[in-house]
Amino acid sequence: MTSATAPGVAEAPAAPRAPRSRRTVTGTRRWVAALFLLPALVLLGALVVYPIGYSIVRSFYDNSGDHFAGFDNYTALFTDDGIRTALKNNIIWVVFAPTVATALGLIFAVLTERVRWGTAFKLVVFMPMAISMLAAGIIFRLVYDQDPDKGVANAVWVGVHDTFAQSSAFPKAHPGRNSPLKPEDGGFVTTSPVHTGQSVALPLVGVAPEQMPDDAKKAVQAPAEPGKITGTTWQDFTRGKGVGKLGAVDSAELGYPGMRIEAVKDGKVVATAKAAADGTFTLPAKADGAVLRLPASNFEEPYNGVDWLGPALVTPAIVGAYVWMWAGFAMVLIAAGLASVPRELLEAARVDGCNEWQVFRRITVPVLAPVLAVVVVTLMINVLKIFDLVFIIAPGSSQDDANVLALELYRKGFSEGRPGVASAIAVFLLVLVIPVMLFNMRRLRREVRR
Amino acid sequence: MTAEAGVLPTAPAAEPVKARRSLGARLAEVVSGGLVRVFLIVVGLFWLVPTIGLLLSSLRSPQDMSSSGWWTVFTKPSQLTFDSYSKLLENGDITDSLLNTILITVPATVLVVVIGALAGYAFAWMDFPGRDWWFLGVVGLLVVPVQVALIPIAELFGKIGLFGSIFGVVLFHTGFGLPFAVFLLRNFFAEIPRELLEAARLDGAGELRLFARVVMPLGGPAIASLGIFQFLWVWNDMLVALVFTKSGTQPITVALQTQVRQFGNNIDVLAPGAFISMVIPLVVFFAFQRQFVSGVMAGAVK
Repeated sequence: MTSATAPGVAEAPAAPRAPRSRRTVTGTRRWVAALFLLPALVLLGALVVYPIGYSIVRSFYDNSGDHFAGFDNYTALFTDDGIRTALKNNIIWVVFAPTVATALGLIFAVLTERVRWGTAFKLVVFMPMAISMLAAGIIFRLVYDQDPDKGVANAVWVGVHDTFAQSSAFPKAHPGRNSPLKPEDGGFVTTSPVHTGQSVALPLVGVAPEQMPDDAKKAVQAPAEPGKITGTTWQDFTRGKGVGKLGAVDSAELGYPGMRIEAVKDGKVVATAKAAADGTFTLPAKADGAVLRLPASNFEEPYNGVDWLGPALVTPAIVGAYVWMWAGFAMVLIAAGLASVPRELLEAARVDGCNEWQVFRRITVPVLAPVLAVVVVTLMINVLKIFDLVFIIAPGSSQDDANVLALELYRKGFSEGRPGVASAIAVFLLVLVIPVMLFNMRRLRREVRR
Repeated sequence: MTAEAGVLPTAPAAEPVKARRSLGARLAEVVSGGLVRVFLIVVGLFWLVPTIGLLLSSLRSPQDMSSSGWWTVFTKPSQLTFDSYSKLLENGDITDSLLNTILITVPATVLVVVIGALAGYAFAWMDFPGRDWWFLGVVGLLVVPVQVALIPIAELFGKIGLFGSIFGVVLFHTGFGLPFAVFLLRNFFAEIPRELLEAARLDGAGELRLFARVVMPLGGPAIASLGIFQFLWVWNDMLVALVFTKSGTQPITVALQTQVRQFGNNIDVLAPGAFISMVIPLVVFFAFQRQFVSGVMAGAVK
């Protein structure tokens, strides 16, 4: 529990605790006290304490529950493939999710102090805390959609990729009948060399109308120019009208904007050009006598983005969704801690000539260390039990790869009918949180005794 | 409670007195200030865009959804339609599950607050043997993962006929909400000035009256935080309901979860459904920011 571990964060008001004894106002009779406590203790006993005991006992029996099985269920923890993947993924989760969320929370908390709309920013980042993991899961299923036309993650990714890498817009283009082009190495070359003063026609067919670049304009046969090679590359086909005049530009046909054209002489590229929106291009005189090539890069399948929810990336992708949900939590706790960093100390350091980074590194972080520790530990406990996000975001095909302990417990216990093994997982989870449990109790005992 | 400590509002006054600096230093400051702004705006977009994506997706037809991204509505706003919502609200399974969510959440919240307050008061102000030890025991239960109880309670509920019932889910949430409730309220009640209680006692109030008329009203802020925290916790729960409900008693989270297997095909149910399930939490979040933040800060480990 955060509260329990967070010194001064979650406990009762920071008002000085008077060392008065808190004994009954009026010597209450014991049965009254018992009546006040009874509902809570009965429910806690039946719903929390009893299950702990039951799980421990159950974990030593086989799945039917009839036979004592010793440590068999616990050996399964380390031999069962599903559980081993889950363990491995849980380690990834526990190491990365809390640290990334806390680091971001720290950065946000520090930076929002420097802008006037910091509060609005905090609201935005904190908001996901209020919604269910199911809703967050659905949100991120949409974000991570593989199709760059639908998933915003891949849309952005492909956009960035295509800005830096050349995009190729004509994946299925190929020469039509009686074409002056022939295939070579995935691209196409003219069957004969070209010469200056010539206007070359490079017609192709096969690009689906909806795949044509948006900026494609009606193709124009380039006028011949002395001392240069001109030409046009275009789609020699119009839907509903067919090829028209074969190998010549018809009025409704579109150019191939952005098509790369290389002039190749003796196996060397001597000049290159890029087609304009109407498909025209111009090459200098040194291309005289070369063959023209439309290199394979024009015809590659378009880059389709990252398979976020495939086996390799599914766990990091879900961790990303978790960080989206919980960085706000870290930010708010840390911001509260920041309020306690003495302003005069920061100012003094700045006046002494420390730059912002030094102030941050040497003063802010050390002062915040206890809060940071609380946040990390809190998130670790939280992450140990991660279930909903994985269950919702990982598609059926990669759910095995995204497996985590809580999910495996659910599967073993409720769909595979192996309650013995599931109980062992439960006990294992419980053991992992016992240190925090003891820490909470020790801290509180000191407090109660005061 | 923590209300003071962790409220979102207003960062501490930014720059107090500024010493005179060289032109270069001030220039560097302006530039880095600009960078900070740009960075925060980009991050803010990162945080907003996914939710906006869900909202806009829920406002498009399934045909549009399968052919293009939600961001195309910015160029073609005519795509926007409430069809998915009206279809969803005619879907009996979904409306029933929304009702179930309320039927589970409200009692589970009230019970936790009342039972937790009773016990918290007893731990704070009554005297009985082993009081502090009992309280320590309750605090120890704070971090027990719900997963530990799934199988045992499923078997227990099966035996006593509670399995699949709404009451069973309510009980489970109450049980697991109590450690935090008792912890939070006991600490808060312990800070009530002794004189107040004594005065009420002298006026002849009995324990129950004292509890109802003095302690509960004074505990308002803590009770609000606890109530909001527990409300959202139960409202947003999927795992517990997944295990303990059956068709007919399942809340919205479980009802939507069954549609996730065929995500693309069911997007017209999932997107508006998820958004509807988010509305109440978001309203609670914006209306009760302070209490929500302090509740979350106090209880997020659950």
